[in-house]
Amino acid sequence: MYRTKTPTSAKWLTAAATFGLIAVGVAGAQVPAAKAAPAAVAAAKSSDPTVREIEKYREALADGNPADLWEARGEDLWKRKRGPKNASLEKCDLGLGEGVVKGAYAKLPRYFEDTDRVQDLESRLVTCMVMLQGFSYDQAKRAPFGSPENKSDMEALVAYVTANSRGSRMSVSLSHPKEKEAYAIGKKMFFHRGGPHDFSCATCHAQDNIRIRLQDLPNLTKQEPAQRAYTSWPAYRVSQGELRSFQWRLFDCFRQQRFPELDFTSEGSVALTTFLARNANGGIFNAPAIKR
Amino acid sequence: MADPMRIRAQMAGNMVEVRVLMAHEMETGQRRDAAGKTVPAWFIQSVTATCNGKTVLSAQWGPAVSKNPFLSFRFSGAKAGDKVIVTWTDNKGDKRTDEAVIS
Repeated sequence: MYRTKTPTSAKWLTAAATFGLIAVGVAGAQVPAAKAAPAAVAAAKSSDPTVREIEKYREALADGNPADLWEARGEDLWKRKRGPKNASLEKCDLGLGEGVVKGAYAKLPRYFEDTDRVQDLESRLVTCMVMLQGFSYDQAKRAPFGSPENKSDMEALVAYVTANSRGSRMSVSLSHPKEKEAYAIGKKMFFHRGGPHDFSCATCHAQDNIRIRLQDLPNLTKQEPAQRAYTSWPAYRVSQGELRSFQWRLFDCFRQQRFPELDFTSEGSVALTTFLARNANGGIFNAPAIKR
Repeated sequence: MADPMRIRAQMAGNMVEVRVLMAHEMETGQRRDAAGKTVPAWFIQSVTATCNGKTVLSAQWGPAVSKNPFLSFRFSGAKAGDKVIVTWTDNKGDKRTDEAVIS
């Protein structure tokens, strides 16, 4: 069943190759200046030649990121009246006041008084869809991740909201006791070993300069790599032809560890997000990005 | 109905630089679904761009073009404020037209 969510196939490899071909081939010799991406620029200085080549590939893709298509759909979903209450999400409070989207993602997860819990973006969006639009809880969290056959409204909304924090500095607060608690739980989860492979998040993400095949495995216990990793999600995955959220990244890491499925918007999921987001504090948010 | 394109058109010197993102599955017809059945080919076949009534780009595409294709091209003879209109047609006959004002 994993395969339906992360389909395989040679087509994606072809897609990745031709995407580059189109971008370069049609644009001709005059490749437009890519959007400045501070994270990518910083990483481009890596001394590892393989990493430098991967960075070049990312830069070539950066202009014309199809994530724009998700942002546009998300903006429409945010503003459109939907649900049994025929309401838009424009009154949704993401932590900076009703309807304030700008910069909101850089301060999430955070404690919300009305629900008396710490919420990340996705769980907050579910709250808004239930409270404002009248969807049931199950309807609201039904399709967290999209596939070609089934587009996810949630991922589009996430693209729209996160895009409005581009350029904001990550500042996740731990001032409320419940925020502190979530961080502590998330930290524990990060280092907890289990499953048939006796794995933890830390198995792959607590060492410097390692890769799996060509993918960096950022050391998420250190500030700089943690910032670089967290601030680059969501991202359009060329190999999948889909925009993927940070929650998808966690979901797929759990699958790769052969852990039980991470329940979308659950307390555990929010706690782990809090741990990783807080570790990225001070980083400049620069997503939706594009990845191979 | 297909999702809208994202079109940006900007003056770059005396040329217009146009960047278009299209939302399309671009199925090659070579892929099989979970049940082993071939997923039918479904891709954009022709793309045209016009400005002030003149065709500035005309392209015929095939299944080798990626999903959600990005197209970038330059042309001369237009100025800021003019409109660029882009249309694609796929092999099912579905069509989408969007436009952008040159900035």
